[in-house]
Amino acid sequence: MLGLAADRLRADMNRLLAFLFHQGILDEQFLQLQQLQDESSPNFVSEVVNIYFHESEKLLRSLRSLLMDREFSDYNKMGIHLNQFMGSSSSIGANRIRNVCVAFRAASEQNNRAGCLRALELLEHEYCFLKNKLHELFQIEQQRVLAAGVRYPMQNI
Amino acid sequence: MAAQGRHGGKKSNKMTALVVDDNTVNRMIHHRLLDNLGIENVAVVNGKEAVDIHCSGKTFDLILMDMDMPVMNGIEATRQLREMGIRSMIAGVSTRSMEREIREFIEAGLDDYQEKPLTMSKLISIIHKING
Repeated sequence: MLGLAADRLRADMNRLLAFLFHQGILDEQFLQLQQLQDESSPNFVSEVVNIYFHESEKLLRSLRSLLMDREFSDYNKMGIHLNQFMGSSSSIGANRIRNVCVAFRAASEQNNRAGCLRALELLEHEYCFLKNKLHELFQIEQQRVLAAGVRYPMQNI
Repeated sequence: MAAQGRHGGKKSNKMTALVVDDNTVNRMIHHRLLDNLGIENVAVVNGKEAVDIHCSGKTFDLILMDMDMPVMNGIEATRQLREMGIRSMIAGVSTRSMEREIREFIEAGLDDYQEKPLTMSKLISIIHKING
């Protein structure tokens, strides 16, 4: 029974991942990240992604704070934040977020404040969506590991 | 430290690398990629720390250099390392894709440039250039 639960959870994970790849939310770099995880570092993906979330939220707050400032003119500073966000997003395979950053950076380089604001709104939306989906993925993975782990002691009886 | 054997005795024959990147996520991933290839590696957070670690006497077979960093960026760090006589393989790694921006980085003294994200196959192609 528990073995079936683990299999069902694995199928749920694969369905969710397929959806995320199909929608272009994640790209193959996420698979590269998964391949770096092994027995010596079993939580590598979630550790990296959690740091990504922490850093991204700081960057998003900084970007919003810059753009909400009436006196804002420091597009250079915005560019620095965007490079950070682009770099880490591309490293974990957050494809759609990376693409929005590219558009955001283009608006920033043209000193286009309205364009930057639109891009920020989209970036915040994409980030929330990705965060929710990855949390869902990690929850399913945790449940799968528990379900698979409980099975083995019973087999040894 | 990077060139010492595990027990601090004679030098190991292991390849060594320095990761220079201000982004924590990138440092973790690059560190893990290098670890998986058996390459001893150290990470610093900006170009100035990269220069300082060399001033302390340490050398590395490979330097993975990010371009955009605070305090000292990758272009300036690469320039300074070459002026110091550092002949290690320096591979620039960045999200920049405009030819003009990449050219300035390469002209500072890079041996190779790879667009982020850094993957295992990109890293292996860099390492082949060291060995080749």
